[in-house]
Amino acid sequence: MSSWLDYTINGLIVGNVYALVAVGLALIFGVSRLINFAQGSIYLVGAYIGWVAVVQLHTPLPLTIIVVAVAAALVGLIIERFGLRPLQNSVRIAPLLATIGISFVLDQLVMLTFSPNPRALPSQLPDVRFQVGGGTIGPLDLLIAGVGLTSALLLFVFLRYSKLGWAVRATAQDRDAAMQMGVDVNRVNQAVFGIAAALGGVSGMLVGMYYNQIDTAMSLQATLKGVVAEVVGGAGNVPGAIIGSLLLGLVESYGVAVFGTSYRNLFAFLLLVVVLVLRPNGLFASARQAPPEPLTGTFIAPSRPVRIPRWALLVATGIFAVLPLFPVSFYVLQTLINAWLLGMLALSLTLVAGTIGQVSLGHAALLAIGAYTSALLSLNLSVPVGLAIIGGGLMSAALGTALISPSFRLRGHYVSIATLAIGEIVSLVILNWESVTRGPIGISGIPPLALFGYELVSPISIYWFSFIVMVVLALLQGRLLGSHLGRSFRAIRDDDVAARAYGLSLNRYKSLAFIFGGFAAGVSGGIAAHLYSYINHETFNTQQSILALTVVILGGLGNVVGAILGAVALVGLPEVFRVAAEYRILIYGIVLLLLVRFRPQGLLGTM
Amino acid sequence: MAEALNSMLSLRRLTRRFGGLTAVDAIDLDLASGELISIIGPNGAGKTTLFNLVTGLDRPDAGEVRFEGQDITGLSPERLAGQGIARTFQLGRVFGNLSVMDNVLIGAHTRLRAVKPAVPLIGPLLELGLALLRPASVKAEEERLREEVKAILARFGERLLPRIDQPAYSLSYANRRRVEIARALALKPRLLLLDEPTAGMNPTETAEMQGLVAELKAEGLTILLIEHKLEMVMRLSDRVIVMDEGKKIAEGRGEEVRRDPKVIEAYLGHGLPGATEQESAA
Repeated sequence: MSSWLDYTINGLIVGNVYALVAVGLALIFGVSRLINFAQGSIYLVGAYIGWVAVVQLHTPLPLTIIVVAVAAALVGLIIERFGLRPLQNSVRIAPLLATIGISFVLDQLVMLTFSPNPRALPSQLPDVRFQVGGGTIGPLDLLIAGVGLTSALLLFVFLRYSKLGWAVRATAQDRDAAMQMGVDVNRVNQAVFGIAAALGGVSGMLVGMYYNQIDTAMSLQATLKGVVAEVVGGAGNVPGAIIGSLLLGLVESYGVAVFGTSYRNLFAFLLLVVVLVLRPNGLFASARQAPPEPLTGTFIAPSRPVRIPRWALLVATGIFAVLPLFPVSFYVLQTLINAWLLGMLALSLTLVAGTIGQVSLGHAALLAIGAYTSALLSLNLSVPVGLAIIGGGLMSAALGTALISPSFRLRGHYVSIATLAIGEIVSLVILNWESVTRGPIGISGIPPLALFGYELVSPISIYWFSFIVMVVLALLQGRLLGSHLGRSFRAIRDDDVAARAYGLSLNRYKSLAFIFGGFAAGVSGGIAAHLYSYINHETFNTQQSILALTVVILGGLGNVVGAILGAVALVGLPEVFRVAAEYRILIYGIVLLLLVRFRPQGLLGTM
Repeated sequence: MAEALNSMLSLRRLTRRFGGLTAVDAIDLDLASGELISIIGPNGAGKTTLFNLVTGLDRPDAGEVRFEGQDITGLSPERLAGQGIARTFQLGRVFGNLSVMDNVLIGAHTRLRAVKPAVPLIGPLLELGLALLRPASVKAEEERLREEVKAILARFGERLLPRIDQPAYSLSYANRRRVEIARALALKPRLLLLDEPTAGMNPTETAEMQGLVAELKAEGLTILLIEHKLEMVMRLSDRVIVMDEGKKIAEGRGEEVRRDPKVIEAYLGHGLPGATEQESAA
């Protein structure tokens, strides 16, 4: 059994690594009020560049660090120049979505280049341990601590004594004033992205060496951990980010000591949610401040939705309804079944992200809740499948809303972080709550779809079933949007301060949106569970959340017909063009980026 | 100060600090039912912060707000809207993607009854159900409110009615301010707070707005007005309160206040009242 000192040292070392990521996030947030969701991808890129340098080029350690820092900084500069600078004058949601898209593209590029299999990244230091008090410490620990301290010192000197550093601090305090005083904000952004990327890249490499393993799943974890540390310290606060990181490292390390390794991430995300709820401005935030008065409609691009005549919708519905009666291939039906399932998820997300403006990145958790509930109801309690699916929808509506409710008092980018973390928490609870969810083994032998005792096994019957369920959900949602709730939701999205001043309770209406949306997502997950017959904690992952978000943006935020059109397009087009599976996610990322840049209102426009 | 018996709104020693700055410093104010008080003062005097404290968007550090005798200090804006307090915003906060009709309907939100049964716990779920099912009572309520919105919009002549289905982001600046006021009227307020309703309006539009506020006052509405255009302030107000650096430096009838040496001094640093008027009219 290792001593507490060991856990403390481990916590501080891991905290140091988080600090390298979090400081970059804090710098970027400081100057551009943006949470850079691509930070973890740069960390991933750094790890793989380190691998190339060490394993293939056999560079000595100091050179490896320099190569990684420079290459990562270059990636950061490219992201800033081509991904974010063109969006400077667009709505606030745009850069958020862009960094999500960039992160997807980078992760997929790394995965396609190096394959998703883990690789060993050997440490270039001798493997010895020194006895310190009751614990031990190795040269790599010292290196990480050294890199952390040196970076902090260099950054301090840069921000304090260089002219560009002053410009960075001035921009962080008041961007407009800095611009008026002649600060070149583009150069400041470049500097900040370059520094953040260099730190992030080196951090990825060090972590790879520390665990002697790198894989593409590192990216999302790093983003999440960095964001947790940054938010705990107070967004945009550089010293706060360092303290937040060390705190996070220690909390995780002690948590692992007491409860075991599989709980590591759970502590990180719980810490995040607790901080967001109790101290949304971080532990070291200054006095509470009144929210600034934003101009109207700045979060979502204003647009006029494309009006589709009722007859056209009826004709389209009719065509898809009778499609199986024609000689279409099994493959086409299968593809469209997938589109209908994704369509239900997109309906749900377009309501919460589009109509009421809570850009949820953890939406797959609602699928998972619905799927597990439906599967367990039918397996353990022999509930008929049709009822079990409805049970899944209801559970997802109730539990999903309860879980997401801590994020109701947050705004903009913070909602996305909180929902991302809540999504991860759901997945971790499913993994660890073995007595109910069967843990990592997953649930197998889920009974097939059935209705009133008749099993639906033929593709045609499954097609009709999922199509009808989706159409019913879409009609209900259309009716909802036409009611006073539709306008209340949209009012909260456009300006929550004015909405509150006119008596709209944010908790009440955000809950109602998530209850309705949670039901649709839960039903989709429930159907999927009975279709797949096997599910585990990874069946419904963040990739699906991002795919759903891309569908929603493609169709037009809040747009019911758009959500279905987007689902058909994103599921169907890769099939039409026979795109290999591994390239699809890359394409989704690129589609998201192009949309944000060139058609932020989507195909059919924001409702 | 003597507690006025018919006082609708009374503030006592109301204070709000931001760090080292005291934005609102021990303000006392009594507004009688049917009265119109204007608050004037240089930019940064704390006028809008005072509005935020009264409407619940911000919480005071000290002091008390009473509305019709009830202590409402620190209540949420939702609750206060329910009590009949409506406001407009200095920089204009219409719902950009909502049509003019929907913007004003949001103003009537606190008056929804049929679709929002006052049942504890399951009330929100009933609201969701009723919104989806839309029984006759809900339809009738919605229809009645829509007619009411049209009547409110008609008060602005031909400014808003022809644009009733247009999204608010497509409106001119002046029209957005009108939508805000229409939205406030849809709440059927007992107390109306107007934060610079004529900012950015030309003289014709300002005169129109002045006419409307005078009408509202004549109808008996109690109004608290922040305004820079002194001519309008002098014509409309029963009393004027002057704020500078968070403090109330003068209070009284318009002409008295205008001659008060403290007021002239407060404005001198930032330009004379006359100068401010011309500036904002330009």
